[in-house]
Amino acid sequence: MNRPKPLFRWLLFSLPLIFLIVFYFYPLVKIVLLSFLPEGTWDPARLGKLINTPIYGRILWFTCWQAALSTIITLILALPGAYVFARYRFFGKNLLQALMTVPFVLPTVVTAAAFRALLGSNGLLNNWLMTVFDLSHPPIRLDQTVAFFLLAHVFYNYTLVLRIVGGFWAGLNPDLMRAARMLGASPWQTFRRITLPLLMPAIGSSALLVFIFCFTSFGVVLILGGPGYATLEVEIYRQSIQLFNLPMAAALSLIQILVNFLLMWLHAQLSKRSRIAFYSDSATGTTEKVKTPHQKIFIGANLLFMVILLLTPLLALVVRSVTGEDGLTFAYYLALFSTDAKSIFFVEPISAVANSIGFALAAMTIAVILGLLASTFLASARERGSSSSSSFWDAIIMLPLATSAVTLGFGYIITLNKPPLNLRDSLALVPIAHALVAFPFVVRCILPSLRQIPQTLREAASLLGASPYQVWRWVDIPIISRAILVGAVFAFSISMGEFGASAFVTRSHTPTMPVAIFRFLGQPGDLNYGQAMAMSSILMLVTCSGFWLLGRLKDPTKTPGPFIKS
Amino acid sequence: MNRISLFAGLLIFSVVVGLTVTAHAGKSITLMTHDSFNIGKEVIAIFERENEVKVRFLKSGDAGAALVQAILSKENPLADVFFGVDNTFLSRAVNADIFLPYSSPLLNEIPAALKLDNQNRLLPVDYGDVCLNYDKEWFKRNNLTPPRDLADLIKPEYKGLTVVENPATSSPGMAFLLTTIGRFGEEGYLDFWKKLRDNKVAVASGWEDAYYGHFTSASKGDRPIVVSYASSPPAVVYYSEKPLSESPTAALVADNTAFRQIEFVGILKGTKQLQLAQKLVDFMLSKKFQEDIPLQMFVFPANKTAQLPEVFIKHAVTAEKPVIVSPSTIEANRDSWIEAWTNTVLR
Repeated sequence: MNRPKPLFRWLLFSLPLIFLIVFYFYPLVKIVLLSFLPEGTWDPARLGKLINTPIYGRILWFTCWQAALSTIITLILALPGAYVFARYRFFGKNLLQALMTVPFVLPTVVTAAAFRALLGSNGLLNNWLMTVFDLSHPPIRLDQTVAFFLLAHVFYNYTLVLRIVGGFWAGLNPDLMRAARMLGASPWQTFRRITLPLLMPAIGSSALLVFIFCFTSFGVVLILGGPGYATLEVEIYRQSIQLFNLPMAAALSLIQILVNFLLMWLHAQLSKRSRIAFYSDSATGTTEKVKTPHQKIFIGANLLFMVILLLTPLLALVVRSVTGEDGLTFAYYLALFSTDAKSIFFVEPISAVANSIGFALAAMTIAVILGLLASTFLASARERGSSSSSSFWDAIIMLPLATSAVTLGFGYIITLNKPPLNLRDSLALVPIAHALVAFPFVVRCILPSLRQIPQTLREAASLLGASPYQVWRWVDIPIISRAILVGAVFAFSISMGEFGASAFVTRSHTPTMPVAIFRFLGQPGDLNYGQAMAMSSILMLVTCSGFWLLGRLKDPTKTPGPFIKS
Repeated sequence: MNRISLFAGLLIFSVVVGLTVTAHAGKSITLMTHDSFNIGKEVIAIFERENEVKVRFLKSGDAGAALVQAILSKENPLADVFFGVDNTFLSRAVNADIFLPYSSPLLNEIPAALKLDNQNRLLPVDYGDVCLNYDKEWFKRNNLTPPRDLADLIKPEYKGLTVVENPATSSPGMAFLLTTIGRFGEEGYLDFWKKLRDNKVAVASGWEDAYYGHFTSASKGDRPIVVSYASSPPAVVYYSEKPLSESPTAALVADNTAFRQIEFVGILKGTKQLQLAQKLVDFMLSKKFQEDIPLQMFVFPANKTAQLPEVFIKHAVTAEKPVIVSPSTIEANRDSWIEAWTNTVLR
């Protein structure tokens, strides 16, 4: 028997569990208690408005529908792209895939600048349309509308669906679809009855992530949607910082956590039912060259869409970073290395890059280790039939993603303040906070693949004399290696872009690239703006090369496949 | 096995990073502040040399977030000295009882109008006027007179020209809301905002977004009037890509059109090095530190004896008669004012 014994399973899970208890539940519970019971007494007066006015109900409703709509649009747009990346080989695929992930790390203010440069009322597209059609007013008016932030949500999350579903899709055995076609099924029938059901776990995982991500959206809705729209996350910030109404902020945080917990639990339940153990030897990928004109058009259209949606805004930023008053200039890049050197907080751009990469690698390592342990625990729990508890733990693991950064940040302030956990102003807190947000991502990436491995395969291996470690190393790992890679990429980029809880734990002497960008945007003057754009371009370059290198680590054409061939 | 050795390598790397970080020693004093704080390296070095101490900085989000964190950690403070409470948050800080009184000898050199706490728990360090900035070039090109009073903004010819910040999420936005309350009174300010809304005012979430996202002079925005600081025009000159003889933007500081934001420093209760903390406060009020403030943070030094840099003398203005709303009134009404504003302008 190679099934992990219960004790061993819990041993595996103990590390992620301890991590969650120390860096999530303990701070969260303590800040909520402190907020509700400031002097040890319960004072509901400041919570009155929660039920007395319809405002909070409206905010909750808005938060839900915009997240749902963003998720649906992202899925519809990204699924064809996932198919293209899963099934075809074409020139520059690895690079394009790396570029697609870059939006994920961009600070919101920078994304907003990019979209305005393209679609704003003085943007490229409007100027062009006004000249061509001789219009007196800009025809496209997107700024501060729902459409604008929905677009930005797609911009941010497209890559999530592309990579999670695409990676999983590539692992499906195409023989199955070919067999269906041979038996007379139409392409649509094949997709509807064979491919789609098989893909469901990955689609569910990515949809859940997109939903939570949009649900807790802060800057995107705030800046692009304008102040007429506010998500729960914005309201939590407003209540705690501007109004100093901590009970209200804590109550709203709990509502946010509860709504998402229910959703995650539901997802865990559903993904259990849709589970189809399915082994394919194609974990290393079966891709084909583009042949027919049909395929060419389909792939071309998809790639064109990706380029327009995702790459033109990025390009607009780069262009802006080298455009001065009289055209092409490198003044901003030169300034990055020289001016402001007198400030105590001045940091060489190169050390901002080094800080970012250092934190991101550390966070990625922690997140991948914890994610691997937790996924193994969750996957094996299901085989043992203790599945209702596994849904619960599955949802628990996801909680950090759905928790307000402000609330958790304050929790850190009041808890991690005594030895042995005196981490409040320690550098170690930065990768820890990043990993807390990144590790649920890793689980969502790995778990679908891990669950697809039929138990019989492992049993066969141990029957042939493999030790449990060997089974894990030579059966599980090769099959899930692509998923691990995707998880690692996202963990890395979450840390590079430092959103979520991490906003409150930056350290001034070790600023990362996003911190440096905000520093420039804090003061007027075109040199500041230009330097912010230059720094953003460097951030894009660094992350893109990081992803590209990570992609090279696991080049499907060079790695030998698993040893069983069907 | 490559992958495993890679991960092992990364793990070792992160442990090493963790260890080097925790191993810091020596005498130090911590200054907690907001993200916009900035000061010269050489200036801090003077203090560090004189007192044989290392100054550590703890930046904790925007001014509001930093203060809330200081209040939450009052049992076991994160720092010795806190800089960055402004007059809109002064009452909250005083009510939370987190600062020790300190009557620094240098308070003599600071104008009485800036001293808002009679027990000297919070000592003024700098001030800046939040006011309208406009794009001079744009008004010349469109043959329009630049605004001279807040009331101009609701005239038909100014339709769709102004961008302000949301007072619920931005501190200059809050300051501008207070300006309108000071200018039109509690009974009249909502009426002004209603008319401003009808005149197509744009509301941005924060200063960065308003200035770099909407203002015509800063990027490809479409609004020539923005709520910013009276010291923004010198910053535009100072941070220009090409040398400028004149700022392309101007600040409107006519009577009752600006709100004076004053920033304070205080010693946190629970500090274990009171004398050193007092020395740091003295240093922050001294001429050396004060003269470095304008070009680092683009606000005015509180100390009368501090010399202004040339770019400030040439291009900066201050309001003769800013509106006055007392800190206690602000703290008492913040919630209801913001809510009334939100209902009038956004809903």
